Amino acid sequence: MRIEGHAVCLPPDIDTDLIIAGRYLRTKDRSIWATHVFEDLDPGLAGRLRGSVIIAGNNFGCGSSREQAAVALKEAGVVCIIAPSFARIFFRNAINRGLPLAQADLSCRDGETVVVDFSAGTVTAGGISREVPPLSPRMIEILAAGGLVEHWRKRA
Amino acid sequence: MTTLSERILGAPAGEYVDRPVDRAYVHDGTGVLTLEAWRALESGEIACPDRTYVLFDHIIPANTSTTADLQHELRKFACGAGLHFSDIGDGICHQLMGEGAALPGEIIVGADSHTCTLGAFGAFATGVGATDMAVIWASGSTWFRVPETIGVFLSGRLSGHSEAKDLALTYVSRLGMDGATYRALEFIGDGTTHLSMDSRMTLCNLAVETGAKTGLCYADAATAEYLRAFGEIVSTQAPPSCTYEHELDFELDDIIPVIAVPPRVDTVLPASDLCGLSLDQVFVGTCTNGRYEDLSRFASIVRGKKVRVRTIVAPASRTVLEDAAGTGILSDILAAGCTVIPPGCGPCLGAHMGVIGEGEVCLSTANRNFRNRMGVGGEIYLSSVSTAAASALAGEIALPGGDE
Repeated sequence: MRIEGHAVCLPPDIDTDLIIAGRYLRTKDRSIWATHVFEDLDPGLAGRLRGSVIIAGNNFGCGSSREQAAVALKEAGVVCIIAPSFARIFFRNAINRGLPLAQADLSCRDGETVVVDFSAGTVTAGGISREVPPLSPRMIEILAAGGLVEHWRKRA
Repeated sequence: MTTLSERILGAPAGEYVDRPVDRAYVHDGTGVLTLEAWRALESGEIACPDRTYVLFDHIIPANTSTTADLQHELRKFACGAGLHFSDIGDGICHQLMGEGAALPGEIIVGADSHTCTLGAFGAFATGVGATDMAVIWASGSTWFRVPETIGVFLSGRLSGHSEAKDLALTYVSRLGMDGATYRALEFIGDGTTHLSMDSRMTLCNLAVETGAKTGLCYADAATAEYLRAFGEIVSTQAPPSCTYEHELDFELDDIIPVIAVPPRVDTVLPASDLCGLSLDQVFVGTCTNGRYEDLSRFASIVRGKKVRVRTIVAPASRTVLEDAAGTGILSDILAAGCTVIPPGCGPCLGAHMGVIGEGEVCLSTANRNFRNRMGVGGEIYLSSVSTAAASALAGEIALPGGDE
């Protein structure tokens, strides 16, 4: 699996309230989440996420278990998130929604091209390549299926 | 030589295991997405309806017709499928599970990050997302990576006006917001033994604020006595004999009232450093601090006095509210000028029942002070119940016992 996108740089400890605020949760309309993603961090950010690879600091996705955070990012067009560490519920939610994550500590320049090659276990940004630890075989299967629901339906 | 998590999950740290879950619960917030994902699975019936709970607590009563419609659909489904269901006003999901449902040694999953609260009973209790929960509804089981464990050694006793919440904020500050990511915390030592079950739930509740998968206390005589009141006879768990990945020590006599300043739970200062900070709202309640012990402590400080700032009190459950009514502390709280709202999460997540406005400052007994969480442009300071009570009376941050 190889993913390419433009970098969007974010600080550490991005919590799920910042990804999608509690006031937007009472709906099943995903376009609302995609429109308001990161609104309290930077209202213009949602419009720049299509085709992006988010490069963030430690502990991305901390806080609430709200799966709308992962759905909002995917729906807004984020193709991968790279961070040195992720909050564990968000980590599972993203994989379950078919949104790939890679663990790496990268310096980030907004807009530069980032390539994540899960088969080779590398991420490349600004001409510098880093190794990333592999995802577990089960997570790779879930991502390959497009998410946990699709994975389950294929197994059943 | 195993940690409690390894004992319950039956495998060494680092291994991936599939395990049936003993109890699985969602609330009105996460239940909606869970139901949607579960329907997409087309798996037939819920695997274990007798172990599956739908507990309404987040936006109760419904605040808009959209919320009402979503709740109506979930309520109808839960009742039709024969799941355990509790409606508006029964209480916060973690508290309800802590009133005789969660038992030592169980594997419990909740579609809410503060499911770790139930580690207080010696259960392995952790939060999951909606799609994970949907597969648990369908299969009755899920996968876990057995966590490494940080041992948190507690000695001595809390003294003065210090509470389990002060200890909790202190350990969050020591570990940091990602200091225990992918790990479990085990609270051990004689200091733990002296803590009530209400206090242990407060202690375990904050574990996720360090990134931890869960926080656990070993079931002891206090656990068994607490559960006996709910008709559950349980064994105690043999004390730990393991080596931890990392250890922390706290002398409880040294714990002082502290406050987490916005927007991070791990930015913790002595409450005395913030005395005089003007407040617009005080909020007492939540899965962190809305139990009987908390309300009782709050009432003992405000009894016979009047609050000087709008103060919202949300009991954690109907049982807590009824007990508070029965013993008269509810009257004390009302007489002091507080607004009591239905048992539930209240304004903690900024959806209703006490959203704060731009530039407003709220002192809250909850567990999160993230930017804009309780309202756009508002700021949240986190404290113990005693500090919240003293501050409500002063209209500004004040130390508990300051007027003694």
